[in-house]
Amino acid sequence: MNKYVKYIVTTLLRMVLLLIGVSIVCFMLITSSPIDPVEAYVGSESNISQEQKDVIAEYWGLNNPPVQRYVTWVKNLLHGDMGISIAYQKPVTQILAQRFQTSAVLMITAWILSGIIGFLIGIVAGSHAGSVLDRVLKTFCFILSSTPAFWIGLLLLAVCSVQLGWFPVGFAVPVGKAASEVTVLDRIHHLILPALTLSITGISNIALHTRQKLIDVLHSDYVLFAKARGESAFQIIKRHGLRNIAIPALTLQFASFSELFGGSVLAEQVFSYPGLGNAATTAGLKGDVPLLLGVALFSVLFVFAGNFMANLLYGVLNPQIRKGEGQ
Amino acid sequence: MERKEILEVKNLSVSFQMYDKGLRQKELQVIRDLNITVHEGEILAIAGASGSGKSLLANAILGILPLHASVKGTMKYRGESLTLERQRKLRGKEIALVPQSVGYLDPLMKVGKQVVGVNGSKDRQREVFARYGLGKEVEQMYPFQLSGGMARRVLIATAMISNAKLLIADEPTPGLSTEMAKETMGHFRDLAKEGRGVILITHDIDLAFAYADRVAVFYAGTTVETAPASDFRKGPSALRHPYSKALWEALPQNGCKPIPGTQPYAGNLPSGCLFAPRCPYRTEACETTIPVRQIRGGEVCCNHAT
Repeated sequence: MNKYVKYIVTTLLRMVLLLIGVSIVCFMLITSSPIDPVEAYVGSESNISQEQKDVIAEYWGLNNPPVQRYVTWVKNLLHGDMGISIAYQKPVTQILAQRFQTSAVLMITAWILSGIIGFLIGIVAGSHAGSVLDRVLKTFCFILSSTPAFWIGLLLLAVCSVQLGWFPVGFAVPVGKAASEVTVLDRIHHLILPALTLSITGISNIALHTRQKLIDVLHSDYVLFAKARGESAFQIIKRHGLRNIAIPALTLQFASFSELFGGSVLAEQVFSYPGLGNAATTAGLKGDVPLLLGVALFSVLFVFAGNFMANLLYGVLNPQIRKGEGQ
Repeated sequence: MERKEILEVKNLSVSFQMYDKGLRQKELQVIRDLNITVHEGEILAIAGASGSGKSLLANAILGILPLHASVKGTMKYRGESLTLERQRKLRGKEIALVPQSVGYLDPLMKVGKQVVGVNGSKDRQREVFARYGLGKEVEQMYPFQLSGGMARRVLIATAMISNAKLLIADEPTPGLSTEMAKETMGHFRDLAKEGRGVILITHDIDLAFAYADRVAVFYAGTTVETAPASDFRKGPSALRHPYSKALWEALPQNGCKPIPGTQPYAGNLPSGCLFAPRCPYRTEACETTIPVRQIRGGEVCCNHAT
């Protein structure tokens, strides 16, 4: 048990270091970017004079040296104050919380979809390695992995929404409907296409890895021995195949959080889905510095959590690590 | 030798379809004209150097060779032809393999469940574990938690859970201490006493000479001589084939005398006698197919054997 506590503490320490590193890099990138926070705040078409702008800059401390500005920002951050978003005119923390709820539904759905579909494709292809079916599935995966998610999203939108009219063209809820009247079915209806688009980025990765791992397992000595003991091909996959490919597949699936987050930026943009990814795009386009920094830090936490869970899960599922302790 | 035959292998050849340069296919022969017989209650050792195709013989008997292998010759189990269909029915039930190491066990499946397999039962597994002094706690262990001796007994248990009449032990002793190797061989002897046939595939020649009833000497994918183990204990004068004699003389306790040349590998085999290129008695007649002859209670595949 002591080992776990030590592991968790060192991992959390590493996460803090990572956050500090990312925050410094983000801060440096933002300060050296051509975005002028005052300009972004007042808007380019306002009639505010240069003197007034200078006053705002002085009030915000923009003339202070960068290190001092960074320290001020981190101090506020530690107090839970991430600043006010310029684009949405709301505290950044509030936007992050709200948007993440919407995104979470989308990402979890896509994540589960890609995991299950990818795993199944991998098993079917791997157990028929070398056959026509395997080649078809493998080609399908290569096509998927080399196709940008936003393009697939546009295709789905053009075919399923515009031409066939099966799904709405965007947003998470029907336009012009009071929030109280929105049903769960409405939400699901709006979720399907974005979730499908987002899941596509993950499918080929998990499928190809699962396929290769299953091929390795089927060529292992223990499968040969299982065959010698009279197990049929189906029994071998059921008893030894699934058991041995589940751990790498699950680990991989948790480690794919970064692609999930990156994909959600594009998928949400295509479907105007009001999630975190969408907020990131808006923040970038409008020079909304506080929101941009907030999203960046949040994405670090999110991806780190995924990897952390992958590591923990690996330890829990693999008896060689779980029981190796007492040896 | 009045005992009933369990397995008879005659003129067995195994070859693989391989891609040579480009798309040209070539047939790679790894076992050629191999003959062995196993009787009830006996241990037949198959002794030979690495790369002579010994493990493939085990896979061929069980019918678990890869798909691109082709098998010729006849195999009979209890007098009836051993077809692929019959092999599929018998393996794990009447013919069992005892593998080399724990590497042949699923690393993520508990030992108990694994020994039960698809044909055994929990009760039978407990019985077999008790016979080999494996406690109940071993059931719940994973293969990597087994000690060397435990692993050896678990591997034998995988075969004993069935009521196999023919055991094929593939290199069951490498890496074991002399004590443990003796103990393992003791287990196989007990199993043979109960009327089973045991094929012991090994490159440990001393072990084969000491514990087997008969020894088949394997060279470059074929059996050059099969003789009672006592002949091998006596020395070259009791042996028939020049390779068996050379093998005996190459043992440390017999002077460690090597003979020139190396064993030819699959894909590069001479026609006629496989040992001819290294044989001091070679004549022109050795370049054609050599018949198997019975001499002094053993079988030998040599024109010059007396």
